[in-house]
Amino acid sequence: MSLDPNTLSAAQNQLDAHMREIIAWHFSPETGCPFWLDWASKAGWDPRREVKSFADLVARFPHFQDEWLRELQPDVWVPAKYQGRPYNIFETGGTTGMPKQRIGWDDYKTDYEEFSSKLPDEHFPRGAAWLMVGPTGPRRLRLAIEHLANFRGSPCYFVDLDPRWVKKVMGEKKLDQARAYMDHVVDQAVILLRHRKISALFTTPKLLEAMGEKLDLYEAGIRGVFCGGTTMAPQYVRFIVEEVLEGRIGFYPTYGNTLMGLAASAPLRPEDNFSVTYYAPQPRAVLRVVNPSQTGQAVDYDTWGRVELTTLTRELFLPRFLERDEAIRRQPRDPYPWDGVAEVRPFGAMEKTIVEGVY
Amino acid sequence: MAALPHLPALRRGKPYASLDQVEVKDCRTGEALARLSQVNAGIIRKDLARISEARSALMQFSCDRLLEICHQAAGFFLNESLPLGDQGHTQTPQQYVETLSATSGLPFVMVRRNMEKVASALRQMRTILNSLTRGLDLGILDRGLGEQAGARISFYAASPCLGLVMPSNSPGVNSLWLPAIPLKIPVILKPGREEPWTPYRIIQALIAAGCPAQAFGFYPTDHEGSAEILRGCGRALVFGDKSTTAQYANNPAIQVHGPGLSKILIGEDQIERWPEFIDLMASSIADNGGRSCINASTVVVPRYAAEIADALAQKLGPLAPLPPQDETAKLAAFANSRMADSIDAAIEEGLRSPGAVEVTAKYRNGSRKASFEGAVYMRPAIVLCDSFAHPLANREFLFPYASVVQAAQADMLSQIGPSLVVTAITQDTAFRAALLESPLIDRLNLGPISTMQVAWDQPHEGNLFEFLYRRRALELS
Repeated sequence: MSLDPNTLSAAQNQLDAHMREIIAWHFSPETGCPFWLDWASKAGWDPRREVKSFADLVARFPHFQDEWLRELQPDVWVPAKYQGRPYNIFETGGTTGMPKQRIGWDDYKTDYEEFSSKLPDEHFPRGAAWLMVGPTGPRRLRLAIEHLANFRGSPCYFVDLDPRWVKKVMGEKKLDQARAYMDHVVDQAVILLRHRKISALFTTPKLLEAMGEKLDLYEAGIRGVFCGGTTMAPQYVRFIVEEVLEGRIGFYPTYGNTLMGLAASAPLRPEDNFSVTYYAPQPRAVLRVVNPSQTGQAVDYDTWGRVELTTLTRELFLPRFLERDEAIRRQPRDPYPWDGVAEVRPFGAMEKTIVEGVY
Repeated sequence: MAALPHLPALRRGKPYASLDQVEVKDCRTGEALARLSQVNAGIIRKDLARISEARSALMQFSCDRLLEICHQAAGFFLNESLPLGDQGHTQTPQQYVETLSATSGLPFVMVRRNMEKVASALRQMRTILNSLTRGLDLGILDRGLGEQAGARISFYAASPCLGLVMPSNSPGVNSLWLPAIPLKIPVILKPGREEPWTPYRIIQALIAAGCPAQAFGFYPTDHEGSAEILRGCGRALVFGDKSTTAQYANNPAIQVHGPGLSKILIGEDQIERWPEFIDLMASSIADNGGRSCINASTVVVPRYAAEIADALAQKLGPLAPLPPQDETAKLAAFANSRMADSIDAAIEEGLRSPGAVEVTAKYRNGSRKASFEGAVYMRPAIVLCDSFAHPLANREFLFPYASVVQAAQADMLSQIGPSLVVTAITQDTAFRAALLESPLIDRLNLGPISTMQVAWDQPHEGNLFEFLYRRRALELS
């Protein structure tokens, strides 16, 4: 079902207005952060005057460089209005060398409170306990999941998985070590599932699969699974839905990261053939699928391209960041009057082997 | 009916159409000839958890009945139209030959020869099992216990299934796993990327002959899926080059079928007769397009190495690609041209080390790597090496390749290294005794016998019965 043009243009107008507000915030000395104020002074133009629409942003801003998040001290990202407020430091990457760091205050709460409305009580009963099995440590995800559970009146158990270690041993082809580590993680999760009343699970597809091999997830009390983190090709989604969750447990795949937040997936319809499409939490974040060699251009619908993220919040302005992912560009779809990204996988997945590991 | 056949995965015999499908293409024209369902490792794990159902299905049959089924399946495999996939397609024997030739690069004549090899293994399965079990009354496997030569014996399956990670190089290799079925062990088989046809056709022939479909797992899959088969099956065969097989070399649950490094040795007593053996050497090197692990890849002689290399080069060097349907075709095309590139580069690199010369070059009239009718071929190469230390002396490639190395007879066995087949042309009693004593040789041909000759009553490349079954001590009161 296609959305009517008025809905689409209203969403576009809302995005443009939100973007102008965020640009004004980050590029005004009384509110903005040192990095962007300094950037604008060196660039020699004022985004507040010249960027009036999201299309202008794409035309005028270069790609955000992830080195900035590695090399610069976090303080350069603190907006003037937030000076003095302690912040969270969230990390991503870091398998080798310095990880990327993003600071934040409330964005994760906003993102996950909004996402909560996508989760039905049938699969995520309010007040019933959650279990997160996945990367915790310095990641935004850990606080976000606990906040989401708490927001729904639920507590949350945790089992940690260190993806940096997994990537390291997989990169060194120490597959036995990777498997032993995965078993170690899964065993801890299974113990919790056996001894505590838990009805909702956040984990990665591979860990979910491994847990499903150790116990009957439905019999263990699980009713809903919220998944994210790695590639989920249609066949793999089908396998999870049909054979791991056996059609009895709700499945909610998401695409997200520390820099963007969380893109929810549109509920699967039979005609989707298990191809999952994610929609960014617009206007706070915008996902485009662009031509890798001409990143100013979006690819046609139902065509593969590289994922480009723009984050537009008062806590973070991150224009046109090229993710290390590729995806299929999809049409807007109710309730999301903007483009979606489908079948996300590591950029260049067809050309080379990517270490995604066990998580 | 869809235009293209679709080969589903078979999960305990049940077709499973995956959303992840790849096309199997004609290596010359790029035309898609079928779609092949790919499954993820999780599906294999899921099915392995229920593998006892497959074993139970086979246990309903006696070994004797399964041998009859094999015999009948041989005829079906060779002569009948059999189902091809889940879209209503069938495949005649001629279509099988043409399709397999198109995707694997083997000329028709070689496909037919391999086809006959598979059919012959099915037909002679009773002889094969007799040899593998050393004459065991197979009723003992039906009952679990019995008597042989006055002793009580009992056997049990070491694993409820046999995992198979198959190669694409030559369809005849499928004959190695066939005994598993009359031994009542279900198979979990990953076909080679360019060669799903042969195992699929064998399975269909066995099912048509009355074998329970549950006995067959057919899982086109990726590296992770292959690893799962090798890890999860309890007993598995893996085929591949050294880089693939080395990691499993010390794993008793996995039988490794790596490079054969098969050889022909001529003793001091016979070397003056070397011209009489040139045809035998050439056919051992080049039959089946040089694609088998039982092809000779090294000729070891005490004298006349240069003359022998030259004679082999004169005979093999001029061989050139021919159309696949040509009954005299001797060379196979490479389904993956990059493999030919890397083989050619490896030989070039080896030739840069002093002490080796490619003798075929002067008889070939063209380059080693050749394009013909849209496909890439490697034309035969005979390399004269001054010692076993040369990097090209003990190598095996997927085309008619052999080194000729001169070594004193007394030094041969200390230098040849592990060899799947050795044909030793000698009447020297002491040398024969030393050959019989050597732990490096899997199959020994004493006398002028092609390394390519297979005798079904002589198990080689590991004894599948001993791999799949263990004898237990048993007392009864």
